[in-house]
Amino acid sequence: MKTSIALAGILLAGSSLVSAQAINGAGATFPYPIYGKWFEEFRQKNPSIEINYQSKGSGAGIAQLTAGTVDFGASDMPMKDEQIAALKVKALHFPTVLGGVVPTFNLPGVTDLKFSSEAMAGIFLGKITKWNDPRIAKANPGVKLPATDIIVVHRADGSGTTFVFTDYLSKISPEWKAGPGANTSIKWPTGVGQQGNEGVAGMVKNTAGAIGYVELIYVLKNNMGYGSVENAAGVYLKANLDTVTAAAAGAAKSMPADFRVSITNAPGKNSYPIASFTWLLIPTRIPDAQKRAALVNFLKWMLVDGQKDCASLGYAPLPKQVVAQEQKQIAMIH
Amino acid sequence: MKGDEIAHLVTLAFGASVLLVTALLIWNLWGTSAPSRSKFGLGFLWGTNWDPNANDFGAFPFVYGTVMTSVMALVISVPLGVGAAIFLAELAPAGLSSACTFLVELLAAVPSVIYGMLAIFTVVPLMREYVEPALKGAFGYLPQFQGPMLGVGYLTAAVVLAIMTFPYIIAISREALLEVPRDQREAALALGATRWETTFKVVVPYARLGILGSIFLGLARALGETMAITMVIGNDSTLHASWFAPGYTIAAVLANEFAEATGKVYQSALVELGLVLFLVTIIINALARLLVLATTRKGSAKAA
Repeated sequence: MKTSIALAGILLAGSSLVSAQAINGAGATFPYPIYGKWFEEFRQKNPSIEINYQSKGSGAGIAQLTAGTVDFGASDMPMKDEQIAALKVKALHFPTVLGGVVPTFNLPGVTDLKFSSEAMAGIFLGKITKWNDPRIAKANPGVKLPATDIIVVHRADGSGTTFVFTDYLSKISPEWKAGPGANTSIKWPTGVGQQGNEGVAGMVKNTAGAIGYVELIYVLKNNMGYGSVENAAGVYLKANLDTVTAAAAGAAKSMPADFRVSITNAPGKNSYPIASFTWLLIPTRIPDAQKRAALVNFLKWMLVDGQKDCASLGYAPLPKQVVAQEQKQIAMIH
Repeated sequence: MKGDEIAHLVTLAFGASVLLVTALLIWNLWGTSAPSRSKFGLGFLWGTNWDPNANDFGAFPFVYGTVMTSVMALVISVPLGVGAAIFLAELAPAGLSSACTFLVELLAAVPSVIYGMLAIFTVVPLMREYVEPALKGAFGYLPQFQGPMLGVGYLTAAVVLAIMTFPYIIAISREALLEVPRDQREAALALGATRWETTFKVVVPYARLGILGSIFLGLARALGETMAITMVIGNDSTLHASWFAPGYTIAAVLANEFAEATGKVYQSALVELGLVLFLVTIIINALARLLVLATTRKGSAKAA
């Protein structure tokens, strides 16, 4: 008798735990560290809501949102028109944080380099094959460049980082746009593929003459050196949280209503050219009133308080103009 | 009588499950790859372009990389593995033999990602600094040994696969050699054969099927190996003649691109690659079996 009462008590306690509202999302891996922190902080403020996030990759996030197996998705590249057409319930793009991609290289005796748009496109197209090529030397007076082969290292796994980088190359080079193009995986004209930021960074570090691209957050965490890149205004800039946020501010003036925007090669003297938003994909219609309220509250919190977590984790925060534009979009969730 | 029937049915069910799993696998791969099969037809097998942006996919660079690395790996690991097994089973003192066998079995159980890390930190620099320059110096007139030496590529992948398949070959070949009855050896010795002749003319032929079995297992591991390969092969879908150049295998491209593949044709092309890997495995195994039939003489086949 006593045990059955105890059992009933346990069952009741269990059911009260289950009744906490669970919201499930899936998608991009790049913002996972800050999403994890946000969802945990938000749960502490609102114990009745639990947001679960699986970082499976942007493609998987869009696929699961389309299949209706998650409440929201997340992606490092905006959804394409045909992907939107496949959705049963329209989804809104909410930019959450910004990331940058930087060139990292290994040249014995050379610690810093400036890369012009012409040099970047030429190197990754396989047209510039030696380090002492005049197209590289032009922007680096006084730097002794060796006559050695350039070895290009790129990501082998499908990745939002590759999308941002190839999107940038497509904008600065018509030849790149007509050839390899921009995507999470592309057909590379030259070079060696490695898995993940750590794979690319490791190969570059161990190979004299190598150049690759990695996420800004990765080089910041590992105290690696990286090069400056020429932006749309012709200024050579190093990526950091300020120049990446400036790129978003530069693009805010021409922001489309649905936030599906690429901010690579953005206008503005202080805009770093290889930057991107990452997005949460929230359905416009959420029939469950509790879930809807929870997601709306989360978005409002994320756009104001959540942004304060960015810098400590190495993400660039959203510029004010974009936050204001997003706050208006929240009203479209019903 | 009744017990026998039950046992018969139960084992039949177990046996049938093997066929069922294989059939389900093929059915599933066949069904999911439909968009790609209807778009590219049989040309998928020899298409050399793999361009997700243009939605144009061909399997040949991956089939070539898979078969090349596996065959090269076996060329390295079979003589080493079988030789080591002969030493451990026939010649080594008992203590050394059992210590080595223990270590070999340990090696066979190491997860492949560990071999991949070993490869990145030691094999790749060794290949880049010493092995590839030496090969280029000696055979540089052949197209296989030309071009930049990156340390990652077909040859490095083959060396890593050889290291990974080698413990299987030793462990199983050694078992097969130990199974050879004592009578056989004593009879040969009594006829006046030397120890060397006994080993190579009597013991090894007797254990031939077991040794070949070990090679098949090694081959199976090489064909399907994913993690260690993608870390050292350079993951480039362009075909290169040079063995120093980066390449790609079917298993590696599946692991790299499947999670982020968007679009029906792209995804189904990757699934079709899985189907092709299945096919490649079946063909290579069938060829290997034919080889066994052709080389097995009647007497030793029955004895084994």
